[in-house]
Amino acid sequence: MKRRVLPGFGLSLGYVMAWLGLIVLLPLAALVFKSSALAPSGWWALLSSPRTLAALRLSFGGAMLAAAVNVLAGLLVAWVLVRHRFPGRRLFDALVDLPFALPTAVAGIALTAIYAPEGWLGRYLVPMGIKVAYAPLGVVVAMVFVGFPFVVRTLQPVLESMEREVEEAAASLGATRWQVFFRVVLPLLLPTLLTGFGLALARAVGEYGSVIFIAGNIPRLSEITPLLIVEKLEEFNYAGAAALGVAMLVLSLLLLLLVSLVQRASRRWELPR
Amino acid sequence: MTLSIQSIGRRFGDTVALAQVSLEVKPGEFVALLGPSGSGKTTLLRILAGLDYPDVGTVSLDGDDFLATDARKRRVGLVFQHYALFRHMTVAENIAFGLRVRPWRLRPKRAQIASRVSELLLRVRLDGFGNRYPAQLSGGQRQRVALARALAVEPQLLLLDEPFGALDAQVRTGLRRWLRELQEELGLSTVLVTHDQEEALELADRVAVMNNGVIEQVGTPEEVYFEPATPFVCEFIGRVNRVAMRRGTGGLSAAGWVPRDEPWHGHYPHATAYIRPEHLEIGAQDAPWQGVVRHVYLAGSIAHLDLDVSGVGTLEADVASEDLARRNLAVGAQVSVSPARSVLFAGENARWSWQAGAGP
Repeated sequence: MKRRVLPGFGLSLGYVMAWLGLIVLLPLAALVFKSSALAPSGWWALLSSPRTLAALRLSFGGAMLAAAVNVLAGLLVAWVLVRHRFPGRRLFDALVDLPFALPTAVAGIALTAIYAPEGWLGRYLVPMGIKVAYAPLGVVVAMVFVGFPFVVRTLQPVLESMEREVEEAAASLGATRWQVFFRVVLPLLLPTLLTGFGLALARAVGEYGSVIFIAGNIPRLSEITPLLIVEKLEEFNYAGAAALGVAMLVLSLLLLLLVSLVQRASRRWELPR
Repeated sequence: MTLSIQSIGRRFGDTVALAQVSLEVKPGEFVALLGPSGSGKTTLLRILAGLDYPDVGTVSLDGDDFLATDARKRRVGLVFQHYALFRHMTVAENIAFGLRVRPWRLRPKRAQIASRVSELLLRVRLDGFGNRYPAQLSGGQRQRVALARALAVEPQLLLLDEPFGALDAQVRTGLRRWLRELQEELGLSTVLVTHDQEEALELADRVAVMNNGVIEQVGTPEEVYFEPATPFVCEFIGRVNRVAMRRGTGGLSAAGWVPRDEPWHGHYPHATAYIRPEHLEIGAQDAPWQGVVRHVYLAGSIAHLDLDVSGVGTLEADVASEDLARRNLAVGAQVSVSPARSVLFAGENARWSWQAGAGP
């Protein structure tokens, strides 16, 4: 038996299992149980209906797009915050967390006010043919907003601990700035970027409050799956709501699993065997 | 390629990192910049690498302005203390990096790169390690990868920033000798930054001792060790005893030791004599000092003795270990002590190199 500085594996694993069971697995099991009230034919009818398919496509497609946008924007923001010193940097840094602190409904109303056809930005965008509010694009904008802090916050510590000497070595070997960034810096950040992507994705898929205000919720166009679930609940169709929930659950799990597989491949150099 | 550094200065805010530093590195020469941390040696190296720029002064390579050249076009091989390897690339990819980032017109063919990499792996004795990641290598192996990576671009100048600092003693000694042989074989002008005087003396053709942003002395290891130009060089390189000298009727003296042939003609009332431990003779006849052995530290082939010398204080003397028993040099033994060689400093910068028995 190996002795460690901090013992207690058995006890702590027990706690982990108990909490995980109570907080995560038990509600999910209840969800699956509820959905079993639906006959297989009902499942099929529900999940293959055009409205459900469109909602699932928007929820997951939008979330992936939003997470991708957040990866790009988050990388830029984290880079500026870590690598540069400028007046107001700390304030700016604090502002990053705001999308977490704001009630999502408030965020949704604020975004709608800005992008509505008569809003601050909407009045210029709509004549140009860019419709944000009450359109799928609005869904993505809201998803970007709520997921924004994840990439920044996961990236910051990694960027801070990154050795500058590695970049200097690359430059002295003849690499241009672009080559230093794309061949040296980016591959080192990739695992972290994927972690941020996964978090932002999960947040965007499950987002409800802010999206429903800006989306307009037009069936088969700008309606997200969580809204469909709420509608089912309002019709007292609990089995249908649970079935949609299970579908989301399975898709989310698959997506997150995929992200984590890619992430593992991107950091094969970290844990050599 | 003659590298010529002329009166460069660099400040960081109020701190002067370099002041009026001039130095020349001849073709194929190995120069060590030796000094404590904060002496400006790393700043100088970074300026040579193009990672920092001086406020004043020039650096030229064979007459061409080196400062006007961008870091990535200088063709310097840079090796850092903590290796700075690309963790996400294999050893072979690390070494090939400098060749792969070239514009496509100048980029060697894939096969050429591969053969250059395997040639370099052989040279740094890491053949068979090409597919490993840096995390799978020991410190000494990583530093050899870093060196191979730097050599791959056929640099005109090799810059080493404390390259052995993170390695354990045995690996360090081995790697040091190997590096010196490699450098001679390639005939590559090399600048080494180190705070380890032993490393500088062993490796370099010439040593530049730096302190507070200035070069205190440039010379061969022998010159720097035996003829230190300033008190700082005396104290920084090797171990040394300081003896305060006072002027009496018979000239400068310390507890009865009167070095002869003083060049200062009674000018300075005080002086400080710096005497190396191996330049204190023990058991000599007509010795000026008497002392008691306080401690004996056996350090392999030589032993360090702590001596209490009356009127002078505690002095350190080195003797061959085998002499300890032969001459009864144990703790408490009474011994006579006489300096054989010393460098004395007085006033602002008066210096006198003295040797027993020299002169008439």
